[in-house]
Parts: sequence; C-alpha cells; structure tokens
Amino acid sequence: MKRTYADLHLCANINEQSQLASLVREASTLGYGSVSIPLPFNITDQHVQRIREACVQVGLDFVSRVDLKPRFPEELLRDLRKVRRRFEIVAVMCYTKVVARQAAKDRRVDLLNFPQPDFRKAFFDEAEAELASNCLASLEVDVKPLLSFEGPARIRLLSNLRREIQTAKAHNVPTVISTGVSEKLLMRKPTELAALGVLFGLQGELAKAAVSSNPMAIIKRNRDKLSWRFVAPGIRVIRRGKDC
Amino acid sequence: MKRRYLALAIDSPEPFSQDALVDAVWTSISRLYGEHGASQTNFSLIRFDVQKNTAVIRTNHTSVDLVRAALACLTKIGGKPAAVHVLRISGTLKALTKKLN
Repeated sequence: MKRTYADLHLCANINEQSQLASLVREASTLGYGSVSIPLPFNITDQHVQRIREACVQVGLDFVSRVDLKPRFPEELLRDLRKVRRRFEIVAVMCYTKVVARQAAKDRRVDLLNFPQPDFRKAFFDEAEAELASNCLASLEVDVKPLLSFEGPARIRLLSNLRREIQTAKAHNVPTVISTGVSEKLLMRKPTELAALGVLFGLQGELAKAAVSSNPMAIIKRNRDKLSWRFVAPGIRVIRRGKDC
Repeated sequence: MKRRYLALAIDSPEPFSQDALVDAVWTSISRLYGEHGASQTNFSLIRFDVQKNTAVIRTNHTSVDLVRAALACLTKIGGKPAAVHVLRISGTLKALTKKLN
C-alpha cells in the first residue's frame, strides 16, 4: 500500500495568502498528502475554511493545529480545556521542565516539542518518556534547526536529538519528524526528512514511520475523537434515528 | 564496489555553476561527516544540466543514506539560497535515465 506522508509543522504565515499558497503548492509537489499549519487560538472558522480550501486546491489534506507555549502547568491545563475540541492537533512547546512533565502525562496532548537547542534544557529524559509512553503523546523533531545551524551548535543539537531519540525508542514513544519551516527553499521531501533521521539514530522503517504512519495515526485518532460519533474511548454512536 | 546513481533537482532562484554545486555538496558532506567520512562516500558528479537545473551524482551504495542526508542539509550553492531534491536512485546510469524518462 502506498504511504501517505504528512508534515505536521508547516509554519506558514496564514495572513499572507500568497506565501501560504506557495508553501502548500510546494508541499504538494514534494509528495505530502497532509499538512498541518499552526493556527492562533482566536482564529475564526471562516479563516480555517479558507486555509482548508487553499490546501484542497492543490490536493492536500489540511489538519488544524495549535501550538501551546505555557509557562506554568496551570496555564497548560487552562489552554487545553479551551482548545482541545477546536483543533485536530495539539502540540506543546516545552520551555520548562514542569510544563514538559504535565504535557507528557496529559492525554489531550498529541505532540511534545522541545524547541530549545540548549542541552541543559533537554527535558525529554527517561521520566518524561515514561510519562509520554503511558499517554498518547509523541515526540516531535523539527528539522529547521538542523538546516539553519552550523558548526558547534549543530553538533550539540545532533547530540541532543540522538539522546532523545534513543530514550523515545527505549520507551516506545512514537516519533514524528516535521519541517518546522516557513520558507519554500527550506522545505524537504518526506523521504529526505526520513534520510535526515540517519543523523540522529532514526533509520529505515522507523524513520519512514516518523513521516508517514506516526503522524497519520495521530490525525486519524483525533478526527475520530472530534467526530459526532465519538462518545468515549471504545464507545461510539453507530446509528441515529427514531427507533433508537 | 556497488554504486548508486542519484538524479537531483536543484531549486534555486539564481543561476549557479557546476563547480559551485560540487563545492556545495562536498562542503555539506564534509561538515556532517568530516574528511574521513567524506572520503568513504566516493561522491562524484556525473552530469549537470544547467538549463533544467538537474544533476546526476554517483556514490557508494553503503553511503546513499548519508549522502541523502547531506544533500537535505544543503541550503546554499555559491552563497545563494538553494534546495536539492533527490528525484530518483538507481544502480546503473542506464536504468536511472530510463526511470527519469
């Protein structure tokens, strides 16, 4: 069966229609089937619909996503209550350890992203991976810093990523490789993202899964949950009518 | 020694020379794997079409993944922004040309 590839972190400027159109066209040319663009909290349904139409025009499936950047666990919980039913993907940018821990143990979080290249702030350790493996969170790796950093900064980044991926593999935490870019020339084919996985210890099938089956599983799971049929895990409406 | 041929499409808003492309690929490979690692890839440029911005390169079959990663990390050619995409990979030049056509 042919794989469907997804980029869950395409950082397009949603207010610039031409840039958005150019990026989604390029994503379609490069072979992606689904793209997810981070949206602000307060976006209107009409605006989301316009973005969805721009993606559909080039044959892409659009997935709504929100990036949460809380400073405290309480802020994260408050934000999750607000956004979980409105967006298909919820990612948490973990800038502090307490937020990272809270995000890993919350089943409403889909993606854990650690945007700081500083190795002292690498919060994806054994404890974090253990919490994430018991919930549904996946580890997201953006390749943008890999493309933009050079020299010692990239060496440290690769070292951190290798350690994080090793921990994720040991605890069966799914990994998702995303681009995280906002420029057309920094976009890469899904197979190239998988090839970049070689640099941080993600090879072969695992690397391919990180750009295809893992992100697609998150999308499917959340769409099922957001559908009117979903009642609770394991319970769904199968028919509605007068005789029910 | 088994070899692999990679057909590349280069996306760049500005024109560049064949030497600039080779230089950029070597720089990317040696930055990632060092001179020792770069020497084991057996990379060489076979063909370059300046009109279509396409190229064919050759490498060891054991180094394909490493070279692909290095090509993905390449963001500039001749100091100008660029992106290199792998179109096809094949074991022979003849088969690669056939696949591309």
